[in-house]
Amino acid sequence: MYELKFDGSLCQTCPTADCLVKCQYMDLEKDEAKKQMVNIWEGKDSFVFEGCVTCYACEEYCRRGNHPFYLITEKREEKGLLTAPRAITKQWINIGEPQGKFKVGKPGERVLSFGFMPEFFKMAKGRLFQKAMPSFIFGQEFFCNVVYIHFANTSIIKKRLPMIMENFRKLGVKEVVCLHDECYGSFAHLAPAYGIEVPFKPIHYFEFLYERLKELRNDIKPLNFKVAYQRPCSSRLSPDKHRLVRDIMDLIGVRLVEREYQDENALCCGGIYAMCFGYDLANDVQRRNMDDMAKHGAEYCVFNCPACQGTLGEKVAKMGIKPIHMIELCRMAIGEA
Amino acid sequence: MTDIMHSLADIVGEDYVSSQPEEIYFYARDPGLMPPHEPDYVVVPSTVEEIQEIVRLANREKTPVVPMGAGLALTGLIIPLKGGIVIDMKRMNRILEVNEGARYAIVEGGTSQGQLSAYLEKNYPRLRHSIPDAPPTATIAANVTIHGQGRLTQQRGFNSDMVGGLEVVLPSGEVCKIGSCALSFGWFSKGPPLPDLSGLFLGWFGATGIITKLAVKLYPRKKFRDVEIFVTDRGELVPDIVYEITHTEMAEDVLIFTQPMPLMFRDNHHVSFYITGDTDEELEFKRKLIWKALDRFIKAKDGGFMGIPPAMKPTLLEMPQRSASRLADVKRGGGFEYSGPIIMVEKYPECSEKLKELASQYGLAYSGMVRVIDGGHSMMFAFAFAFNRSDPDMMENTRKALKEVSDFVLKVGGVYWKPTVEEQRMALENMDPNTRKLMKMIKENLDPNGIMNPGNWEFIS
Repeated sequence: MYELKFDGSLCQTCPTADCLVKCQYMDLEKDEAKKQMVNIWEGKDSFVFEGCVTCYACEEYCRRGNHPFYLITEKREEKGLLTAPRAITKQWINIGEPQGKFKVGKPGERVLSFGFMPEFFKMAKGRLFQKAMPSFIFGQEFFCNVVYIHFANTSIIKKRLPMIMENFRKLGVKEVVCLHDECYGSFAHLAPAYGIEVPFKPIHYFEFLYERLKELRNDIKPLNFKVAYQRPCSSRLSPDKHRLVRDIMDLIGVRLVEREYQDENALCCGGIYAMCFGYDLANDVQRRNMDDMAKHGAEYCVFNCPACQGTLGEKVAKMGIKPIHMIELCRMAIGEA
Repeated sequence: MTDIMHSLADIVGEDYVSSQPEEIYFYARDPGLMPPHEPDYVVVPSTVEEIQEIVRLANREKTPVVPMGAGLALTGLIIPLKGGIVIDMKRMNRILEVNEGARYAIVEGGTSQGQLSAYLEKNYPRLRHSIPDAPPTATIAANVTIHGQGRLTQQRGFNSDMVGGLEVVLPSGEVCKIGSCALSFGWFSKGPPLPDLSGLFLGWFGATGIITKLAVKLYPRKKFRDVEIFVTDRGELVPDIVYEITHTEMAEDVLIFTQPMPLMFRDNHHVSFYITGDTDEELEFKRKLIWKALDRFIKAKDGGFMGIPPAMKPTLLEMPQRSASRLADVKRGGGFEYSGPIIMVEKYPECSEKLKELASQYGLAYSGMVRVIDGGHSMMFAFAFAFNRSDPDMMENTRKALKEVSDFVLKVGGVYWKPTVEEQRMALENMDPNTRKLMKMIKENLDPNGIMNPGNWEFIS
């Protein structure tokens, strides 16, 4: 059985308790924050179980390599505390169930992972992907399953993820470029946290894009757009890759507006909040986020995650801010879109 | 050529009458499970006068007459059970008038849903009618004859409630106007303030007359339309959820579905509602009210709104929806039939359980598809099964399951919608005797020779 690697003594000696002090949805002072995390670790009750909206950010805020969000998730599950309505959880578990409908291109040693996001079939083309395609995989059989931490259900992850790893192992791939950063977060962060062996080197698609754009440097025409970046929840699982957003933007001549809700202070797209908690939270977060984009003069909203784009894309478009995925933005910079 | 054939050719012209086997074969059946029965003649008139003459001829010859729209009811209502003449209405498909101010359209009896919606979209983009989720070839007259439902049914009632007047060829061959048009040039009401005679024809499946013209009420078509789906795993909560949604009076249409496939739908009940608005603000206002109305279910973790993938939205928003036709082929072989009784909303849990039980008992693919009617006064619950037409055992099992549905419907206080002949018999047997007597009086007085779609609403003394 896979168990979370969590060291409670690190919380007890933590000088900042940033995991909860920095939380955007709960208001805690340092001492109270430490106390609550220790309570959770010891299996006691905590109001954090009620207040946590599953934004994943505490995984980034913790500078000591502990896993506060995974711990909250584990304990919620142990206590039977649901984050989402049962029907929604069931639906998502069903959606991720392997059904033999996966697609595999012509996998080489390096393969593109579309996860379970059909949107990538349209995006992964042109010169950026010339060397990579058609080495790709898609479908539930390769689905990272990390989304279930939103639903306080790590047992399904622990059950499925080793099988997913086995599917990759059978393909014999050495490197997997994850076009969905949730997959990268799962393979590079969550799996190691649970001691699940990953039989390949996960590569974040930002790295892939950055390297490829450097190769195509001569083809780049600076876009000179002002953009806001919609950071997804899963990016909190790979904060070391977040810097690449700016690196890529610099490379393609795009200016990231300096707004309130970015980087560590980013707000969720609200999709999960709507499903789990209803109208008020989702609407409040979306409204603040979009108003912030507009206030700072963003012409484009750049998405990392297609699911965020599905949730927020139409809404930002109605405000006159054009929604675009990072891959499409990069393709635009080399004159392809 | 027989005398009747000669006479029919004289009325409509030789090109529009047939007794050839290929036509007879086609007009002997509908796409459902009822056994076929051949007509003797098929005729395709183009005027009211031609229909009058055909009916007079049928009376003289004591031969049955079966009016037919697109023949899509699935329950055998246009199968000529006693032979005779099938009158295919498709040539009478003109849109005669649209009164924009009074919001109604007058159409001929063979006009299809698709024709009217396309015409309105092009010429009157601020108006719409209640489009049923049937193929667009379904005719408007046949749909109201069976008390069909459509996209405005949650707000406005059955499509037959949205009729503004009728022109009917009676079994005697006379033409009769029903509603305000009997007294006025306006077709704005099918009855009130006069005695409502439309009930002599609506719901009778052509057994009391043939609708040659009708006025369809039109309603505002808003610029924007959206859909949301609330999901619960507790069927017993569906009536409460519907109650809260309908209480807001913000939803245009409320549908429910429960089915095991695709897998994402398994074990849940999906209450989808449609909202419309001329501005984003109007749309958002309605959305917010409904979301807030369902907040208590979310807080109790008993239900929540699913995120609808952008790729799924166009399918959900299309009118008519074609998703039902996908169910029709899950077992390959293109077989699909449903029994769709009208029930009280409170009976949803029992119906959904029964559906699952029957599907399991007979090994059938199934879907429960529901449309809320008239603000929640009732709902149509479709017990839908898919089968392979080349598999006789599967077809027989579907028949058995549907027969059990027929028995079950009466137990839960439901009323058959577009009933098969067998269900019509069961309805007549079980209804108030004086109601049955009144229906018999109406039928015998209007159609003393029993020529109109015989076998349907037939009274065995």
